[in-house]
Amino acid sequence: MNDQTSKTSKEHFEPVHTNKVGGSPFTGVTGWIDNRLPIIRMFRHEYLDFQVPKSLSYFWSFGGILTICLLLLIVTGISLGMHYKPDANQAFDSVEKIMRDVNFGWLIRYAHMNLASFFFIAVYLHIFRGLYYGSYKEPRELMWLLGIIIFFLMMATAFLGYTLPWGQMSYWGATVITNLFSAVPVVGKFIVTWLWGDYSVGDAALNRFYVLHWLIAFLIVGVVVFHVIALHIVGSNNPSGIEPKDTRDTVSFSPFTTSKDLLAMLVFLLIFVAVMMYAPNYLGHPDNYIPANPLVTPAHIVPEWYFLPFYAILRSIPDKLMGVVAMVSSIAVLGLLPWLDFSKVRSSVFRPIWKQCVFLFVLDFFVLMYIGGAPAEGIYLVIGRIGTAFWFAFFFILAPLVSIIEKPLPMPASIHEFEDWKKQGKIKTIKLFNK
Amino acid sequence: MSEIKNKDKTTRRDFLTTVTATVGAVGVGAGVLPVISQMNPDSSVKALASIEVDLSKVKEGQEITVLWRGKPVFIKRRTKEEIQKAQQANLKDLKDPQEDKLRVKKGKDEWLVVLGVCTHLGCVPIAGKGDYNGWFCPCHGSHYDTSGRIRKGPAPTNLEIPQYEFVSNDKIKIG
Repeated sequence: MNDQTSKTSKEHFEPVHTNKVGGSPFTGVTGWIDNRLPIIRMFRHEYLDFQVPKSLSYFWSFGGILTICLLLLIVTGISLGMHYKPDANQAFDSVEKIMRDVNFGWLIRYAHMNLASFFFIAVYLHIFRGLYYGSYKEPRELMWLLGIIIFFLMMATAFLGYTLPWGQMSYWGATVITNLFSAVPVVGKFIVTWLWGDYSVGDAALNRFYVLHWLIAFLIVGVVVFHVIALHIVGSNNPSGIEPKDTRDTVSFSPFTTSKDLLAMLVFLLIFVAVMMYAPNYLGHPDNYIPANPLVTPAHIVPEWYFLPFYAILRSIPDKLMGVVAMVSSIAVLGLLPWLDFSKVRSSVFRPIWKQCVFLFVLDFFVLMYIGGAPAEGIYLVIGRIGTAFWFAFFFILAPLVSIIEKPLPMPASIHEFEDWKKQGKIKTIKLFNK
Repeated sequence: MSEIKNKDKTTRRDFLTTVTATVGAVGVGAGVLPVISQMNPDSSVKALASIEVDLSKVKEGQEITVLWRGKPVFIKRRTKEEIQKAQQANLKDLKDPQEDKLRVKKGKDEWLVVLGVCTHLGCVPIAGKGDYNGWFCPCHGSHYDTSGRIRKGPAPTNLEIPQYEFVSNDKIKIG
């Protein structure tokens, strides 16, 4: 007997599972599909049963709003792509043809143009939410970093898209931005020629800009998928900055968050439609309705509004290479924030000093935006330099310093207690839309 | 037991790993090169490398702009005053010190030929504007003097002189 058992245990093999068919809670056709490709149970798990903190404000709707914007940009972009010609001699005219001849072409182009701006409006509010409520802190650092990658890609694709109509601003914007690479020591000149495929911005550049505009748009979709997967692993932050502990702290994603997000999307899209219909060119520049002319630079050349703060940083540094370095690092530095701000408290609701710093940072953002659109001389240059200095000081001085010296306010033990405190008027939160 | 001994020796597997990795690396390199290289200027672009410009109709003090390789080239027939100003500039005051005589052809002090591309970020400077009466770049405020040298602003170097030569007394070939 003993002999036999030892023999069988020696010959015992672990079972393998190469085939994972089954386990679906669904029946019928749904079950049949779900057993073979478990996206249905995944969807239910991540979007219907998913628990989110019940204290989420409308600031948490911008993720959903951005997703809708991205989808609409892709739909309108594909439509435009069916009529646009990426050729230096035909591009400008093909855009005018879209505006005048193509059925609803004017609507689709104006939608695409203005959606780009509204995408940035939403992303700036989304980033502000993250800064104010400490959404970048442990364990959401990677999600934050993925967000910064998305932001860089957005800027790239927005810039490339802006060059496509081949107007004066397209052409000179493309010239100035591609020339940023000439600041790279030694090989800069070769990089720029390589990017252009010519000795100046021209037909070759336009053609590849068109291709890259598409490519990066879909890269964004890819990184957004990672961003959302990470979100579903670490869970949403919330205005209290406290992690949910039991069912008193949470609500189901559906119908609570979905209905709230739908309302927010609707309001956002209504504002978007109002701007698109009544002031479609308000956020653009009239010079871009002049065909590109390589012999004349517009007297006052400015990038799109959403680039202005970073453009101001570029111009405030008198050295070419350092200017470019400062501009790129002004965004990249966001990625260091999870480690530069090491306060254990996430939400600014309980951080009296950091809260003021974040508001000053927002003010700085708008000041730099104004400076970026003003001529680079005199008092504007001085203000631009102060603004640039504050931008970096916010990260490298204020963030670590405040983490050390600040004494956080007394905090509730849980999210449901936070809600009680709010009702009792013990704490103040930022209200967006709601009473 | 024999497996342990084999660890110290070069095996068939090691050989195959090295060979596969080497061939793979060469293959990837050979595959990437054309993909990178296709983005550089093609033969038709390079073929348009030189142009000839007739200068007989340019009066003193006048400036013409011609397009060369997709970029503007400023050809300025300078006045005596402008030449004098350019020659008298103190080299110590210059950001990118260069004497005026090195920026024109010998005996042709009148003619200044420069690329009309700001060395900062590539805008086209405006003639006759700025603090030094040469050129002024509207994009980020670089001032150039009557020799096309950077005097003030973010541009790091003087306006570039393209390769050119006088083919006759009033004709130049650029490129």
